[in-house]
Amino acid sequence: MIQSFKMALKSIAGNKFRSFLTMLGIIIGVMALVILVSLVSGATGSVTDSISRLGNNLLTVTISDDKGSPINLKTLNEWMEKDGIGLIAPSDETSATARYEGNSSSVTIYGTTPPYETINGLSLLLGRFIKSSDVDNHTNVAVINETAATELIGYADCIGEEVSLDGVKYTVVGLLEDDEDSLTAVFGRGSIVAYIPYTSLMRLSAETTSNITSFFVSAETDMATAESVMTSLLMERFDQDDDAFTVSSRDALEDAMSSVTSVLMILLGSIAGISLIVGGIGIMNIMLVTVTERTREIGIRKAIGAGRGIILQQFLLESVVLCMFGCVIGVFLSWVVLRIISVVVSSLSISFTLEWNVVLIAVGFCFLIGIVFGLHPANKAAKMAPIDALRYNG
Amino acid sequence: MIDLKNVSRIYQVGSGKVYALDKATLHVDKGEFVSITGPSGSGKSTLMNIIGCLDTADSGTYLLDDIPIEDYTETELAKIRNRKIGFVFQNFNLINKLTAEENVELPLIYRGVGKAERKSRVSEALERVNLTNWSRHLPSELSGGQQQRVAIARAIITRPSLILGDEPTGNLDSKTTDEIMRIFRELHQQGNTIMLITHDRAIAEQASRIIHIRDGKLSEVRI
Ligand SMILES: Nc1ncnc2c1ncn2[C@@H]1O[C@H](COP(=O)(O)OP(=O)(O)O)[C@@H](O)[C@H]1O
Ligand SMILES: [Mg+2]
Repeated sequence: MIQSFKMALKSIAGNKFRSFLTMLGIIIGVMALVILVSLVSGATGSVTDSISRLGNNLLTVTISDDKGSPINLKTLNEWMEKDGIGLIAPSDETSATARYEGNSSSVTIYGTTPPYETINGLSLLLGRFIKSSDVDNHTNVAVINETAATELIGYADCIGEEVSLDGVKYTVVGLLEDDEDSLTAVFGRGSIVAYIPYTSLMRLSAETTSNITSFFVSAETDMATAESVMTSLLMERFDQDDDAFTVSSRDALEDAMSSVTSVLMILLGSIAGISLIVGGIGIMNIMLVTVTERTREIGIRKAIGAGRGIILQQFLLESVVLCMFGCVIGVFLSWVVLRIISVVVSSLSISFTLEWNVVLIAVGFCFLIGIVFGLHPANKAAKMAPIDALRYNG
Repeated sequence: MIDLKNVSRIYQVGSGKVYALDKATLHVDKGEFVSITGPSGSGKSTLMNIIGCLDTADSGTYLLDDIPIEDYTETELAKIRNRKIGFVFQNFNLINKLTAEENVELPLIYRGVGKAERKSRVSEALERVNLTNWSRHLPSELSGGQQQRVAIARAIITRPSLILGDEPTGNLDSKTTDEIMRIFRELHQQGNTIMLITHDRAIAEQASRIIHIRDGKLSEVRI
């Protein structure tokens, strides 16, 4: 076995350029597999990271059909008392034009109640968030984010300033930190946002009424309990019709994300796998040529006592060694390429590292290809009749 | 040790049949030195290849050491070639990529002999053919006579009882021919069975028996 291994190395080294060309298919296939999968997993790793950093602590409920018993602020207050439910805050949104002195810009306005701050983990820089009394009296107060302050008003310290939203004057009572990790930040940063009492939004936007169609729920203890309590409350209210509403948690988002990722991985993996198979066909081709070229050598070996098994093993080993060399070179080059990519995109704070399980898969796959595509040529060599092989003049 | 009965080997050439061997019957005892002569194309190599288990007969029986060869599989035949038979060819048939000692070592590797023993037997065999100083050279760096001596070393390394030579001196000048023949005579004196194909009358005369072949038919010339 060790002898056959040495012989295989010798014959591969004996024709370096041809061996390299043969390996090229495998090298490219391995690089495609390792680099693509590592890139995908690096990129999705960073996205799922930011999604899970959002915390997994709220449910989003949307009502599509209130069945004649709409939910209002009072209902939400009652539900907040139930076991398992933490806080509930309605959320409706509209766009409006905000003006301050000469400036104007488009702004996304959320109408909500005080619990919203805790549920969504907003952090105040200055002032206060919306109070219950603001909701009760539909006061015209607004809490804006940093982007809104700097772009609209021009400076951050803007508590007490008056801005007009679609022509209605609102007093700025609080300044929120731009949330780097919020869902909106993940999918589009730098938007101008204002929060106003839900009741005030009812006056500002014709589409917002006392019938609440969307709200956030936090858990008292754990999300699973909150989700089941919430679902049963809604089922009871809407005649056991689970099409009337949806309850979603961010778990679902992560699930969706990871299923997209795995589909992508499988897709890229199979493309790379196909290129590996093409590489394997190259190996088979060159091994067939090698066997023909070395017919005489095979005859000599058989004449001095090599049986079929020994010849088969010799050529099979040669094709496996060829594949494994290609694989090692491919993995090494993948590592180099990933390092280069990581340096180039280092500003994105995404890290692309060699995925060791993919490397393992690549190694296993190459081994398999070496055997599968080496078998036919090796068998051809093994089956040669010694006398015919000796007579061969190639 | 060799017992051929009515052995025929027929080649289909175009629409006709060529009897490379036509009902050849031959008995060779252990320790004999037999030379085989005959014109080119008469079937000498065919006979030798069948005796050496490289080829099989189309009809007739061949007993080697009282064992019928027809019954063996290819792998078993390879084992017999390895253990019982040493082959020396006209064109040497060395593996070009391997050095002299590696060529000589090969049959022992196939036989599964351990490394230490292989080394000592290789140097012994190379000493036997006077090539100790050339052991690390490739065949392309050796003269014809030297290459043939490497081939002889390879043939005797497994200590076979039967040594077959298919015109082993056919490509060599008379001086190297004498060297090679001296080795064969020594091997014969040590009790090996030797069969040589040759065109050379003088070489044939060195044997104790001469077999003549013509059109695949054997005839005993001298006992
Ligand atoms: N593989 C083959 N196919 C067809 N004919 C062959 C083959 N090998 C040998 N022959 C024929 O068999 C005859 C004997 O050949 P061979 O034993 O090589 O002769 P020699 O060694 O005496 O010169 C020749 O006529 C040759 O043409
Ligand atoms: Mg011949």
